[in-house]
Amino acid sequence: MSLQKPLMRGLLAKRLRFHVPIAFALSMLAAVGWKYGVTEPRKQAYADFYKHYDATKEFTSMREAGVFESVRPTGE
Amino acid sequence: MLATRALRLLGKRAISTSVCLRGGHGVAKIEAYTLPAYFDRRENPLPDICYVQDLSAEQVSLKEKEQGSWAALSNEEKVALYRISFKQSFAEMGEATAEWKTVIGGVLFVVGITGLIVLWQRKYVYGPVPHTFDPEWKAKELQRMLDMRMNPVEGLAAKWDSENKQWKK
Repeated sequence: MSLQKPLMRGLLAKRLRFHVPIAFALSMLAAVGWKYGVTEPRKQAYADFYKHYDATKEFTSMREAGVFESVRPTGE
Repeated sequence: MLATRALRLLGKRAISTSVCLRGGHGVAKIEAYTLPAYFDRRENPLPDICYVQDLSAEQVSLKEKEQGSWAALSNEEKVALYRISFKQSFAEMGEATAEWKTVIGGVLFVVGITGLIVLWQRKYVYGPVPHTFDPEWKAKELQRMLDMRMNPVEGLAAKWDSENKQWKK
């Protein structure tokens, strides 16, 4: 029989040395992916929306549709 | 009061041989669940009692031999002594079982029964939905949402082409 003596110490350290770098790498990947996949396109979408945004025109069309309570459509 | 004897040899069920007196009325029955139990757990490596409680004649003689020098025991005898004291080794304890199949099957079965109950409920218990679920009402709701420019940057109204009065391609 005579089995080899099993590892008695340093089990957590061994596990951490393996898993922590992987966890760090995956977290960084997730963060970078989120930034360039979600936040940057979103910022661009907002910038594009407001580049040619005519507030008065939007207001007038909303008013004519009758969604406001403070102003009624022109003609009433 | 319990008259216990000292535990011998890795703990036999000595307490079962003691007697519990109840104020002169008689002897209380010792329930099995009150006695120390055997279980295989990683976090509790040495259970309270041996696995095999009733030793055969062969095992009794082996236990006698254990009293002497352990170098005299052969490997098979050492394994036999181990198996008297323990049911599963640590390696066997950690083995994968097929229990997950039963669990998944049971879960799916119960979910199916729940689905049948829900369907029956929809048919026989619930009344009609409110009038606000009618298609005409829903269309009016959608028109109002587009009129007030809900989520105009990335959401609903962003997908509506207000000049041509249609969804953007």
